[in-house]
Amino acid sequence: MSVLIFAELDQGEVKVASLEALYYGANVAQELQTSATALVIGTTSADLASLGQYGVTKVLHVSDEKLNAANALAYASVLAAAVELEQASVIVIAKSSLGDTLAARSAGKLKAGLVSNVTELPDTSNGFRVKHSIYTGKAFAITEMREGRKILTLKKNVVSPELSQATASVESFSPSIPETDFVAKVIQTEKATGEISLSDADIIVSGGRGMKGPEHWKPLEELAEALHAATGCSKPVSDLDWRPHHEHIGQTGLKVSPNVYIACGISGAIQHLAGVNGSKVIVVINKDPEAPFFKAADYGIVGDVFDILPRLTKAAREQLV
Amino acid sequence: MKILVCLSIVPDTTAKISFTDGDTKLNKTGVQFIAGPYDDYALSRAVDLKEQLGGTVTVLNVGDADGEPIIRKALAVGADDAIRVNAEPRDAYFVAEQIAAIAQRESYDLILMGRESIDFNGGQVHGIVGEMLGLPSYSPVMKLEITGHTAQLTREIEGGKELLEAPLPLVLGCQEPIAEWKIPNMRGIMTARTKPLNVVEPTGQDSLTQATRFELPPAKGAVKMIPAAEAETLITLLRTEAKVL
Ligand SMILES: Cc1cc2nc3c(=O)[nH]c(=O)nc-3n(C[C@H](O)[C@H](O)[C@H](O)COP(=O)(O)OP(=O)(O)OC[C@H]3O[C@@H](n4cnc5c(N)ncnc54)[C@H](O)[C@@H]3O)c2cc1C
Ligand SMILES: Cc1cc2nc3c(=O)[nH]c(=O)nc-3n(C[C@H](O)[C@H](O)[C@H](O)COP(=O)(O)OP(=O)(O)OC[C@H]3O[C@@H](n4cnc5c(N)ncnc54)[C@H](O)[C@@H]3O)c2cc1C
Repeated sequence: MSVLIFAELDQGEVKVASLEALYYGANVAQELQTSATALVIGTTSADLASLGQYGVTKVLHVSDEKLNAANALAYASVLAAAVELEQASVIVIAKSSLGDTLAARSAGKLKAGLVSNVTELPDTSNGFRVKHSIYTGKAFAITEMREGRKILTLKKNVVSPELSQATASVESFSPSIPETDFVAKVIQTEKATGEISLSDADIIVSGGRGMKGPEHWKPLEELAEALHAATGCSKPVSDLDWRPHHEHIGQTGLKVSPNVYIACGISGAIQHLAGVNGSKVIVVINKDPEAPFFKAADYGIVGDVFDILPRLTKAAREQLV
Repeated sequence: MKILVCLSIVPDTTAKISFTDGDTKLNKTGVQFIAGPYDDYALSRAVDLKEQLGGTVTVLNVGDADGEPIIRKALAVGADDAIRVNAEPRDAYFVAEQIAAIAQRESYDLILMGRESIDFNGGQVHGIVGEMLGLPSYSPVMKLEITGHTAQLTREIEGGKELLEAPLPLVLGCQEPIAEWKIPNMRGIMTARTKPLNVVEPTGQDSLTQATRFELPPAKGAVKMIPAAEAETLITLLRTEAKVL
């Protein structure tokens, strides 16, 4: 019995959300009085032994260039092999576009129970119970996972890792992967590089139709830059092609749970709130004092975004180094 | 082209969620149920593909008889027939088993689902069904074209998208803007009444998880309003009061 954590690489670095997953998994291992192992897939020059700081004692590294392009089918085959090798009973995966499909395929392969969007450490006092977000953030369920293998996908910001000085042993691992996992040909990949990714971001500055048009995004981007934040948007904004679709947040878009979500010119429709209600702090800037978003906010400013944003940027640049 | 579309039946996106029976059951009073919005996208794309390439669209729901009006609506939008597996959808694994059992008999070219249900938000069923059938699955798919026996699909990835080409049959989790939602017209509603809706009993009984209790999020504290003239103090408050910068 052990706990296996998938540590996702993004451009050669372990993603922040996966570092949280490592710490979470190590805590579960401690509760179950067993050890935690990380699984890293793809080539990297990162210092994998240092993942020991998050509490894992071992890192399995599949250093195969063919796997640098995230392929959930092949990753699931690797993960299943690692589960066998480690005799893992609990598998922890940070939520992401890749992580979601990986979790689902692995659940099918291993006949494992799968709970998505977990928000707390499990209660292992009597069985295995996890709390997770449902109804798109409008509620939580406490779910009992039956005997046998269990897979959890984690929401961001569920744990705050406290680092130790430990180092992990790194072992290379090269399981065989069926050719059928590579049936899809990747024709083209478009990926914004250098930007802070929305799912990893601690701070998000997001714009709605109140931003008036794509040509007016500069003040929002400048605030995001000053705060080291990622940028997001409401659905109409991506429908109108003012911003790329991958920035769309809400019921039918990305669900985010950053430390701070700053909404600029977004009315706060229930479908938008569904994507942001996991945020620790919500700031709303809107010229309409009656905008429904204020009811869900921690801090509010009634005003014109084009007046407020540049002033916030200036203040942020002065106060934050 | 033989297409299966899987519909989850879920509370409307604007529904106020509350629980009864000591927080062990959803309070359905005043809640309107709909087909999942992502599933609706999948259905709309399936109907477009049928119009373009010929073939059939079957819709499938695992759920009780209360969902039948919603299944009829999918028939009105252009599906040819429907199957309802008469069982409470206990968890994703159970639902996937039902879908896989039917797909094994019928060999569909395409099995389209939503990227996730909007009740349990699992995002699991397509991946599990794919494994059960030994087929590739991709999600979330935002564009889908079929030429001959090959699918070209655009999948959203973090910070962008990727264009893939894969041979049929496939299992896909769909999201916008794969198609425009369709609204049934009068003729569709009339013909839907006579289209077959077959009810079958579930196979297997594996559910690997069980929700035991529900909770609502803690009530939000009052919002702190900052006068526009002092907007700059927001940065200070985020640093020193909320301690998030
Ligand atoms: C099934 C379904 C799913 C949906 N999914 C999503 C989803 O995932 N995400 C999502 O966002 N929406 C979603 N929607 C749409 C949602 O209902 C709203 O229509 C949408 O969120 C509104 O976007 P908005 O706030 O940008 O625009 P609006 O509602 O038009 O709001 C613009 C706001 O900007 C303010 N404003 C205007 N000018 C200024 C200014 N100069 N300074 C400051 N404020 C200003 C206005 O007061 C207003 O409050 C969904 C809808 C449905 C039916
Ligand atoms: C009374 C009741 C109690 C329930 N209790 C639980 C519970 O304890 N635990 C639990 O996990 N779920 C429970 N659900 C089931 C829940 O409604 C889901 O349908 C099911 O668990 C799959 O959820 P998911 O979020 O993993 O689906 P996802 O994997 O997110 O769904 C992806 C896609 O799969 C398809 N799909 C999903 N569900 C169905 C379906 N029922 N029929 C046909 N296609 C479908 C849709 O196309 C959907 O877009 C309960 C439902 C009811 C009505």
